[in-house]
Order: sequence, then structure tokens, then C-alpha cells
Amino acid sequence: MLAKRIIPCLDIKNGRTVKGVNFLNLRDAGDPVALAKQYAENGADELVFLDITATLESRSTTIEMVRSVAEQIDIPFTVGGGVSTKEGVEILLKSGADKVGVNSAAIKRPALINELSKAFGNQCIVVAIDAKQVDGKWLVHLAGGTIPTELDLFEWAKEMETRGAGELLFTSMNNDGVKTGFANEALSQLSKTVNIPIIASGGAGTMAHFVDVFKDGKADAALAASVFHFGEIEIKDLKQELQSKQINIRL
Amino acid sequence: MKVIIIDYGAGNIQSIQFAFQRLGIQAVLSNSVDEILSADKVIFPGVGEASQAMEMLKKSKLDSLIPTLKQDVLGICLGMQLLCNHSEEGDTKGLGVFDVEVKRFTNAVKVPHMGWNTIQNLQSDLLIEIPENSYMYSVHSYYAAIGAQTIASSRYELEFSAALQSNNFYGVQFHPEKSSKDGAQLLQNFLNL
Repeated sequence: MLAKRIIPCLDIKNGRTVKGVNFLNLRDAGDPVALAKQYAENGADELVFLDITATLESRSTTIEMVRSVAEQIDIPFTVGGGVSTKEGVEILLKSGADKVGVNSAAIKRPALINELSKAFGNQCIVVAIDAKQVDGKWLVHLAGGTIPTELDLFEWAKEMETRGAGELLFTSMNNDGVKTGFANEALSQLSKTVNIPIIASGGAGTMAHFVDVFKDGKADAALAASVFHFGEIEIKDLKQELQSKQINIRL
Repeated sequence: MKVIIIDYGAGNIQSIQFAFQRLGIQAVLSNSVDEILSADKVIFPGVGEASQAMEMLKKSKLDSLIPTLKQDVLGICLGMQLLCNHSEEGDTKGLGVFDVEVKRFTNAVKVPHMGWNTIQNLQSDLLIEIPENSYMYSVHSYYAAIGAQTIASSRYELEFSAALQSNNFYGVQFHPEKSSKDGAQLLQNFLNL
């Protein structure tokens, strides 16, 4: 049976993991490769690296990092952040990334998703969507969730699927950083709207939140950052808990 | 040992090369007929769309070479599917090594089938020391049906071939290079054949 996936997300700046990572057994918590290895050993099913730098010089550092991760890690990983061209995707995939996350660039030019899925296959194109519920309506936001657009989350998700997205990474801006649980209602509606896998993001605070996002939110995968980085939730413990709640996971 | 990864322009072969590197083997990327013929072991990878991948094989004249190879050959993902009789994807005629059809999952399930799934009914030296119901990582929208050459099965919407074998030809639908310890064991088993 297909397992639900647990995905730690690492923010990367200048080829280093960003502050706030508090891993007991690591000599250098800023080394993305060491951190990725530790997560893989602890049972992470996949990893997401989000490159939060924008300059060209730092892009080449990111490429080097992607290569080292691919060399040493034997689970799949996605790289996102500032990906806006076919060439940009190609170099990430050639360096060993399994999937590439596209966000703002798809909003600016939706046909990019058609081009990418045609060139590389839809299996490696993850469309990331940041959305916020405003007056009962879920609106897609740009630039890390700071700029609202007119796009409706569900219509946009459907369009992205039609254009060739292989997977969606949905972050609820209402839930992100609040640690009160995932946006399960919107997530389950999203699962009815599209027929591609959905990664839920934003809101993880307790193990029960993960149980809920799989049972009520119908998510295929759950992504979180701080609860894992700060050791508040150990992936091994989380997986035991999910299994005890009859959720199919890889142990 | 000389391991060649056939490089015909399809997919993320870097990861396969890295996986062998972790096993202490420097696998070589090549699309040269002579070099492939000189290999001890051949990896036939593939990610992307079937008809386009087959076109690329034809361009390098590899479509006629591959089915004649006498070395152990391991097809991975689309590579395995191209070794089958026919694929619904792009109505593509396959290389005919595995006597099964490749079909698309219906929309009764989410497509692609993406993530970690268990493999069952393991029955080949390729799979020794890999426990029944081990999890392997897969990403695919098309599947090879069950047939006489099925050496492992998996379930998503229906039961399908997770691995196939015909004499010296092996194929796996999942990605051993991304399947943690059990995937590494499979690649090591392939080297040990």
C-alpha cells in the first residue's frame, strides 16, 4: 500500500541551512548535507530545500549543494525557490534534484508549467501554492505569501494540474507558523478538485496535527520545518504514532 | 567491474551514478554501442514520456542493440517499461523483452503514483535479502501488467509488476537509487548476479 509521506523542509541561504536549526547530534547545523542525512536516517520520506536567496552568485552555491545532497542522500528531494526558467530547472535536475518546485513564476506565466512538464515530465514538476483565506475565499498569494492575487486557490490548482503539474505543495498562510494544525478543510476540498498528489504545509505543531492532516485533510504528504528542526517532534516517534492511528506509513 | 548507464538523453541519470558511487563503483555514462557491448553490467534508465524516449533510443541505434545484449541489464522506471511489448503512453511499440503491456492508471486513483509503496511476492536473485513488503520509492503514471515474468508485484488501484525478469534482463518500476537501504541492496544484488 502507498504510504503517506513525511517531509522536512530546509530553508537554504548561500548554500547553508538558515538559522534556527537545533539538532543535538550535529557538529554543524548549518550544513544542509549533514542535516539531510540525519533526516533520512530518522525516517524522512523526502526532503524539500527552499532556496531563499535570489542573487545569481548564490544560485551557483545552491547547485553545488544540490549535487552534494544527491551524492550522499538516498531518498528523493525537491528544490524550490526562485525557479523561473526551463534552463534553471534543467540544471537542478541534472545536478541530481528529483523534483523542482515552481511558485511565483507559474503565476506570472502559467504556460511555463506546460513547457516544463513537456520537457522534463510532469513527475518532477511540483507547483507550490501559497494561499490565504480572506473573507471566506482562498486567494493565491505571490512572493512568499506577501502579495495577494485575484486567483482562487481551487481554480488555480485545477489549472496547474491541467497544464502539467505532477504534484501540488499547498501552504496555508493562515496556518503557517501558528502551530495550530493544518488547513484540513481546504486540503480535503483540494483533493476533490485535482487528481494529483498534494503536500500539505503550514500549521504543524503536534503529532495529532499530522494524524488530522492525513485523516481529515486527505493529504498525501505533510511538510513541516520548525517542529522537526527544533526536535519538538522526532520523525521516528511521529511515524509510530501515525501507525498506531492506522495511517499507512513507511517504518 | 564495468557498469555502463545508457545515456540517451532521458531523465535523471546522475542519481543512479551517485547510487553506484555509494557502493564503490564508478558507473560510466555512455550511448556508444561499442562501449555498452564491453560492459559487465548495463543500466537502462529513463524518465519522461515513452514515445519520445523511444525516438531518442532509435536515434542512437540503441533500440536494436539493447534486446540483443548478453550482459545483465537492469531497466529502471521508464527503462523497464520500454523493455515491455507496448505502452499506451504515446501508443509506443516497446523492445519486446518482457511479454506484458504497459497501461495507464485510471482516474479512480491520484496519478502519478508517487511515493513509497510495498513490493510483494519477491522471487529472484535480484531481490535476495530484501524482505517481503519492503518500501520502494516510485513515480509513474503507467504500469506494467502482471505476467509470467513478474518477479515482484505492487498494488495501487490494482496489482501490477514492480519488477520483471527475462533471462539476463531485469526491470524495476521503482527507483532503487532513491529507495534508501533496500534500494541499495537491490543495486548490490544486481552487481552480484
